Formats: sequence, C-alpha cells, structure tokens
Amino acid sequence: MKDLFTAAQAVIAGIAITVFVYWFLNFLVHRLPERFKKILEPYVFIGPVLLLIGLFIVWPTIQSIRLSFMEEAIDGSTIWVGLQNFKDLFSEEYFPDMVINNLMWIAIVPLLTVSIGLAIAQLANNVGSRQEKLLKSIFFMPMTISFVSAAVIWRYIYAYAPEGQDQVGLFNSIWTQFGGEPQAWFQIEAFKLNNILLMIILIWLSAGYAMVLLSAAIKSVPEDTLEASRVDGANTSQIFFKIVLPQVWPTAIAVFITVLIGAMKVFDIVLAMTGGNYNTTVLAQTFYLEYFIYGNTGKAMAAVVILILAIIPVMVYQVRHYRKFEAAR
Amino acid sequence: MNTTKKNKSRSSLIVLIILAAFWLVPTVGLFITSLREKTEAQRTGWWDVLLRPFSQDWDISSYTTVLTEKNLGTSFISSMAVTIPATILPLLFAAYAAFGFTFLKFRGREFFFSVIIGLLVVPLQGALVPVLKMFISFTDKTGIEISGQYAAAWFVHSAFAMPLAIYILRNYMMSIPNSLIEAARVDGASNFTIFWRLVLPISVPALASFAIFQFLWVWNDYLIAFVFVGNERPVLTYTLLAMLGQYGEGWQSVAAGSFISLSVPLLVFFSLQRYFIRGLTAGAVK
Repeated sequence: MKDLFTAAQAVIAGIAITVFVYWFLNFLVHRLPERFKKILEPYVFIGPVLLLIGLFIVWPTIQSIRLSFMEEAIDGSTIWVGLQNFKDLFSEEYFPDMVINNLMWIAIVPLLTVSIGLAIAQLANNVGSRQEKLLKSIFFMPMTISFVSAAVIWRYIYAYAPEGQDQVGLFNSIWTQFGGEPQAWFQIEAFKLNNILLMIILIWLSAGYAMVLLSAAIKSVPEDTLEASRVDGANTSQIFFKIVLPQVWPTAIAVFITVLIGAMKVFDIVLAMTGGNYNTTVLAQTFYLEYFIYGNTGKAMAAVVILILAIIPVMVYQVRHYRKFEAAR
Repeated sequence: MNTTKKNKSRSSLIVLIILAAFWLVPTVGLFITSLREKTEAQRTGWWDVLLRPFSQDWDISSYTTVLTEKNLGTSFISSMAVTIPATILPLLFAAYAAFGFTFLKFRGREFFFSVIIGLLVVPLQGALVPVLKMFISFTDKTGIEISGQYAAAWFVHSAFAMPLAIYILRNYMMSIPNSLIEAARVDGASNFTIFWRLVLPISVPALASFAIFQFLWVWNDYLIAFVFVGNERPVLTYTLLAMLGQYGEGWQSVAAGSFISLSVPLLVFFSLQRYFIRGLTAGAVK
C-alpha cells in the first residue's frame, strides 16, 4: 500500500513539475524580443521531449555501438578492441543456430500472422454483426496478455511427463491418445520443431492485432467495386483475390512490418519457455544472457549492434513511407 | 442470391468458431487449472473437468496462497506503482510535442519528426546498458538512488513511449481544423493558451487510446522492470517468471498467479475495447 501511495505522489509531483517546467520555459520565451520569441517558442513545446529521447534513446544507443568495440575491465574502464567482440560472438557454438532461428522467426511469424489475421477478418465480415463482435474479441484477447503469462499458458499445452505418468499437457495427451509416446516437445530439434512451437505462441498473440486492422481495411473496400464484380459473375475467391486483396494490400504491408519488428526483437517468449536452451536462442535472448548472466558486456553489445543493423532497413522503409504518406496529405 | 449469401455466412461461422476455440482453449485451460485442487491438477489435465464435471474437487486456495506466501500481492502493488506513473507522465510530454509538430513552424521540424518515426522501431535492448550505467554514475556522484527504484522504470518507459505517443497524437491533431486554431490566434490567444484550452480538451479520445496502450505495455513488460526495478520490488511478470522456475509449487499455483497478472489487462480490454481498437487503428503506420 505504501508503494501505491508513493506512486500517487509521484504522479501528482510529476505532473506538477512537468506543468511548471513547460510554464516556466514559456514564461522565459515570452520575455524575449519578438524576433527570438518566434524562433524559440516551438522548442518550448518539443524541447523537453527531444531531451528525453536524446538522453534515454539516442545517446545510449550510440554508446552501445561504441561499447561493442570495447572490452570492459572489472573497474569499469574500457579499452578499444576493434572487432574482437564480434569475432568472439561469431565463434560461439550457438551462433549459427541463433542466426537461423532469427531468420526463421522473421520468415514465418509475420507471414502466418498476416495470413491468419486476413482470413479471420474476411470470414468475420460474412457473419452476423453480433457474432462478429464476439468472435473478434476472442481473437483479439491474447494481445492484452503479457509474454510471460502467455508462456505460462503455453507451458500447459506443451507440458511433458515421462511415459507411464499422467500427461497434463494438452499436446501430449492428444499425442498419446493416438498411440504416440509422450514427447518433450522443447527438446525436439529436428526440423527446428521446438522453434516452431515457440513461434506459434507469438502468432497466437498477434493474429488478433492483424485481424483488427485488416478487418477495418476490408470494411472500407467500396461496396460498388464488389457489386460490379458480382454482376460480372466473379465467384467468391475471385472477388477476394482480385478485388478485396489489392485494396487492403497497403494495410497488410503495414501490419506485416509491425509484426516483423516484433519477431526480430522476440525475447520474453524464448526466455520464459526454454531460456534459449535446445538451440532455440535468438539475438535479444543472447544479449540478455551475455550481459545479465555471464557479465560479458562486449559480446552482449555486439549482439545488440547486430539487432540494430537488422532493424535499420525497416527503419529506413518506415521513414520513407511516412514521407510519401505525408506528401500525399 | 440471398440464399447463397446465407450459406456462405454459415460455413464462415463454423470455420470461425473452430478457429476461435483454438484461440480460446489455452486461456480457458489456464483458468480451469488455477481453480483445481493440487493433486488433481497434477494427476489429470484440465479437460478432465469437461469429461467428468461432477467428480471434481475445486479449490480456490491457490489464489490465496500465491497472494500471501508467494508475495504476489506485493508484486501486484509494485506493478501498479510502476505502471500508473509510467502511463500518465508521458501523456503530457507527448501532447506538448505533438502540438509543436502539428501547429508550429520551425526549422528542422521535418527532420526531428523523421527521427521520431525512425525511433518507433529502435530496439529497447540497444539503450538498456548505457542507461543503467548512467543511473549508477549519477548515484555515485549525487548519492541519489535511481536504479532499483520505480522512478528508473518511469523514465525509461516514458522515453520509449514518446515515438508512438507523438505519432498517434499528431495524427489526431492534424484532423483538427486549422481554421479553429487560426481563429483563436486572431483573438490574441498565445500558443500556450491554445494548447491548454483548445487542443488538449479536443484530443482527449486520442490521449485515452494511447493511455490504454501504454498501460498494457508497461503492465506486461518484463525487461525494463527486470533491469531497472529488479528483485527489490519485483513486479508481477518478474515474480511469475521466478515461479515458473520452481516446479515444486505445482501447476495450479503458477496458473493462479498468471491469471491474477492477466486479469488486469483483460479488465482494461473488455471495458475500454472501443478506445483500444481506435488507438490501434490510429497507431498503425500506414
């Protein structure tokens, strides 16, 4: 309870301080001669945010990149080691698997998430509005669940007990019903099965997100284009692939990019399910392990830099896309 | 024509219901498990409840146990103490900046906004270690503890909320007619007054959408809470992950803990679904 009281105090104090800072900056700017006032006034509004972003995002990210070329001694001093951290990381036994895993995550998860979301959105468009609302809520609900809770939920599905014991995991229960031997699913590395089982969790979590956005896009497809194609005798699948799909394509791409970024950064699910064992590790998990468990700053930073490098193309795409969108406004 | 449409919708409905069952089963399983008696939960799967509904031992003691003995009650309060300020504080910052980017002209406006768009995707991991070092050296110099306190998480969450918040709010503010702002200017209102009296009240729906987003994001976050608050004031995700490592507790208590943790987001989701989805649609990078 004391903590909640602290939180309440912090909210009130935080808001009071923030309001005062903005008011004070504004007050100062308005004392200035008109010419300076015009130039400086916008920075009253955006300045604090630029400071916040600079201090907590931009500067630290640059520092991380710098640290990836450094070796850190116990006393905190650093020396330049060039690409040694990257070489160390590349020569780790887990490295090839990690790269393959990450590539699989970004190749499989966004595509399946968008496809499933699109299928659900299209199907839901064909049922009564009350059923539609209820069903959509069901698909959407996992989006509000934390990765850690999702991991708990899915551990019950994939749970394993040795043969002869009671199977409380849904997968193994069904599997043994059909005469199979109970499987420790997370240890099955053949065809990267255990990785795929982890990916199912992220797809389960994010398909609802794709569904909501794509559903909105499907509903905004003009009725007369649909009607015209029906008059011309197009069947359901033709209407979907030739009329609906091209019109929702930009939204599908936007959702794809968002899920892609999520898949690139995937971490909590892997940590909570396997801890990266059985060759399921990914970049973000490697960072966590190297820094917080092994205390290997250099290698951890090298992993982060690779993650940043992987995300830069997406970032460039976003900014370009935004510019085009803005120009069209 | 009419009949074919009806048939189509029936088959759609059947497929959807099957899919929905797949989506719902994991969570329902968790909920049922959390209410089962310990030995039963270890002996049979939760679906046993559906097969033999009348010979079950129900037991809600898992909830009371995790709340008291496993300190989940304290973690619940910690989660609140992290989440509430980390939701409310960024709102005002983002609103100011969005106003600046929408209604004021200044040099570098396009540049700064492009940077913010780019930062939408920047990975959190890239900033964690230097920020942690920064907090520690601040403590060394001033003696003021930041790391390990809730405030550390508030700062980091606020900063990382900025890009999306500004983006959503600016999109919304751009729909406010410029004539309204011009009229206020002609009447001699300063930008400060226009912001407080005019734009902020109009923007309440967008602020609400973002607040729901941020609340869920912070509540569900593990990494920032782990790094900056840690084990001194463990939040729910932290405690839950620790519980996962201890199999002795039995299935039903982890399930209960997990359900406590996700009850809050579910409550927020079902009561504010409309705002949530509106925010989602606004935040989608078109």
